[in-house]
Amino acid sequence: METFIMAFTIFVLAIFVGFEIITKIPPTLHTPLMSGSNAISGITLVGAVLSAGSQVTTLTTVLGLLAVIFATINVVGGFMVTNRMLSMFKKK
Amino acid sequence: MSGVLINIGYLIASVLFILGLKGLTHPRTAVRGNLLGATGMFIAVVLTLTNQRIVSFEMILIGIVIGGAIGAVLAIKIQMTEMPELVALFNGFGGIASVLVAGAALFESAQGTDVPIIQLTIAIAASGLIGAVTFWGSLVAFGKLKGLVNENAFLFSGQQIINAVLGIVTLSFAVWVVIDPTSTVAYWCLVGTASILGVLLVMPIGGADMPVVVALLNSYSGLAAAANGFVLSNNVLIITGSLVGASGLILTQIMCKAMNRSLTNVLFGVLAPVGGGPSADDVYAGKVKSASPEEVALLFDAARRVAIVPGYGMAVSQAQHPVASLAALLESRGVTVEYAIHPVAGRMPGHMNVLLAEADVPYEALKDMDEINETFDQVDVALVIGANDVVNPVARTDPSSPIAGMPIIDVDKAKTVVVIKRSLSPGFAGIPNPLFALDNSLMMFGDGKKMVLDMVSALKDS
Repeated sequence: METFIMAFTIFVLAIFVGFEIITKIPPTLHTPLMSGSNAISGITLVGAVLSAGSQVTTLTTVLGLLAVIFATINVVGGFMVTNRMLSMFKKK
Repeated sequence: MSGVLINIGYLIASVLFILGLKGLTHPRTAVRGNLLGATGMFIAVVLTLTNQRIVSFEMILIGIVIGGAIGAVLAIKIQMTEMPELVALFNGFGGIASVLVAGAALFESAQGTDVPIIQLTIAIAASGLIGAVTFWGSLVAFGKLKGLVNENAFLFSGQQIINAVLGIVTLSFAVWVVIDPTSTVAYWCLVGTASILGVLLVMPIGGADMPVVVALLNSYSGLAAAANGFVLSNNVLIITGSLVGASGLILTQIMCKAMNRSLTNVLFGVLAPVGGGPSADDVYAGKVKSASPEEVALLFDAARRVAIVPGYGMAVSQAQHPVASLAALLESRGVTVEYAIHPVAGRMPGHMNVLLAEADVPYEALKDMDEINETFDQVDVALVIGANDVVNPVARTDPSSPIAGMPIIDVDKAKTVVVIKRSLSPGFAGIPNPLFALDNSLMMFGDGKKMVLDMVSALKDS
């Protein structure tokens, strides 16, 4: 239970940090914000890698492999497309 | 590597994600911010590979190569007009990854002798539920944006009741997973019903409300990742998931506010059917004036300040490049050109800004609604391209209208309003727009791109 409360504390505090930062992001950058946050939500890759690599059963390995594929699409695609968009925003 | 070092590495990754988002608070620092986020991700993944639980790297490598290739191709090939679809798809992928990871964690724990603790199984059930709703909801949103699924709201009688029943059934399966973690059937039943729920929740939502849905699903994909963090007791997942969850939620709020509707109304409500409002004939008959590109070019010649108001129609006709060259031409003649962007213009938050940035419009020229509305009475010509409801003055004047109270761009305060539109057909709200019949309004009927190009050549000739 104690681990859970610790984890929950981090969860709640991180939400507050998120609110503070994201309310300061200008509307002009809202699309890159969404694609960029997509990329970082691909962090699930960390869990996917563990399941695909620990090979407990065939089923868990297959689930892990699929998860690695989907999460990597998010990470690679997300960061790349965000970079592509952001480099188009130029000053006069 | 020892657990302590791995966790310190995860902390560094989390800090980099936060700094990365902070970079997005200004276009100048945004590219670097994105790179910081990518660095954080790289650190987190590499550290995870040192985990002793991993016995073989084969599957991991295969997955990363396949996923990386698909992701890279999508990111390079995608047209900027298609960004809403891509983001919807990525939201869905985040959701399904959470479903798969939580499923794998559940079946792994079923192999062990220890009974998994209840916090773990609750987190698994939550990941499966949120993840499946996100995945299928996002696929429907993707289909609607791409035109594969009818964009209109899909409604049938008893919809709310069916959703409610389905919601209860889904929650019951979730409870089953929590009580009996050895049952693989329970988890798949949960994922199955949550999937149907995801489809049914997004089907009734119409095309113009997509910005809200895409933002909300973005938030869900973050929450699913956070739930995964609880499954794996991994702080970097929890932190990142909550950041994304918060981000999606804020964008959802902004979008709802920009339409003066509550989230419940967007998700479950229908725009009130138009009863008693003036008919299109009453509003338009004999009052609508149309103008040729040459006539409008003359107007521009005399103008000192021009505001361009883009809408989804500009994206549909791919008119952003001609619009930018028109603006450049005007500026070379000493006219000030600005862009007035409504928060819900387009199909996702910030959609118009990205399109115009692609056409090399400097970001200083992109003005938010509130900022430009203050000075709209000093605008000589307002050029509306493919926007309708967001410039409908009825929102200010008629409290019984379905868009009453919605903040709009006050184009009617400009000296002259030029509207490029294919026809007088109504926008998403289904009501006529008296703006088109105002004394100071001129209509240019036709395709956005063609009309703007015609104006550019007329200006060059004059």
